[in-house]
Amino acid sequence: MDKNMKVLVVDDFSTMRRIVKNLLRDLGFTNTVEADDGQTALPILEAGGIDFLVTDWNMPGMTGIDLLKAVRANPDLVDLPVLMVTAEAKREQIIMAAQAGVNGYVIKPFTAATLKEKIDKIFERIDG
Amino acid sequence: MTNDFRLALAKDLVIALEQGNELEADKVLDKIAEQKESQLFQEVGQLTRQLHDTMIGFSLDSKITAMTENDIPDAKERLQYVITMTEDAANKTLNAVEDLLPVSQSLNEQAAELSTKWERFLDKEMPFDEFKSMSAEITRHFQQSKGSLLQVQNGLNEILMAQGFQDITGQIIKRVIELVHDLETSMVELIRLAGGDRQSSGKQDNEHELPGPVVPGVDDKAGDVASNQDDVDDLLSSLGF
Repeated sequence: MDKNMKVLVVDDFSTMRRIVKNLLRDLGFTNTVEADDGQTALPILEAGGIDFLVTDWNMPGMTGIDLLKAVRANPDLVDLPVLMVTAEAKREQIIMAAQAGVNGYVIKPFTAATLKEKIDKIFERIDG
Repeated sequence: MTNDFRLALAKDLVIALEQGNELEADKVLDKIAEQKESQLFQEVGQLTRQLHDTMIGFSLDSKITAMTENDIPDAKERLQYVITMTEDAANKTLNAVEDLLPVSQSLNEQAAELSTKWERFLDKEMPFDEFKSMSAEITRHFQQSKGSLLQVQNGLNEILMAQGFQDITGQIIKRVIELVHDLETSMVELIRLAGGDRQSSGKQDNEHELPGPVVPGVDDKAGDVASNQDDVDDLLSSLGF
């Protein structure tokens, strides 16, 4: 896990993007970019250079689950680590996300410790 | 069909019959029958429209009933939850601020004291014994600063996390706005029907596909919800993810 990796944070609420950005900065990840919807995020991902995607689920244009599916369907992006941070807490949704290939799932409200733990876990699995 | 019109037709019939003009008499009789038929059609048409409107009225009624029985009480609970969440967030923030203000203040006072002493030292106005005690004070100050500044950092992080309420309460409020909009649309349609205006605006179905933030007591009644991160982690690991 390279602390210099480029992270894309996607959420339609700017307050949430700010919080996640600040937490990432606290953990040493200062190279972050933002998008306010799956729709605006996808071109950023397709342009290349993003090493880690943190996304909400419920967004008006393109939802996080559809963004995830688009990422996994794209041969250039298929291995991109994806962490979902969302208020959607129904079991069937969690399962749906896992089956669509999400690497981690954090529900809101969350703690800084949980975020750190999930990020560490994702990259342990990748690097290991 | 006016009386004058009927009278005119009757007169035409009598004239035709007196003239022995069967063709003409038949024509007039047909006209009279036509009038009767179209009147019948009109009345049937009116009855059909009334029936149709009543049925729409019933379905709107049942829609509004469903809203008043389920969605509106739900909406009240959701808004109550928003109040609770925002109150909690405000309290967390205020607690952190109240804890940190004295910390910051005492650091400030210490630094101010030491700064004055240090100035005297730089101006060569400090005897050696005092210098020794100032030295010890400075060492203590650095140690305390480390602890205090760590406290400040933790407190600031708590304040940061407490702002997470805005996203969740925002989503909850959006849903209540949709419900109010649905209710408004249905009421407007009912009013239009009652006023006899048969133009109906297109009904908008705002069925939300996503369940959204879980409001305790409202969204978790079916028991199919993960109530915390541990639930999520357990579910995922039980399925081998």
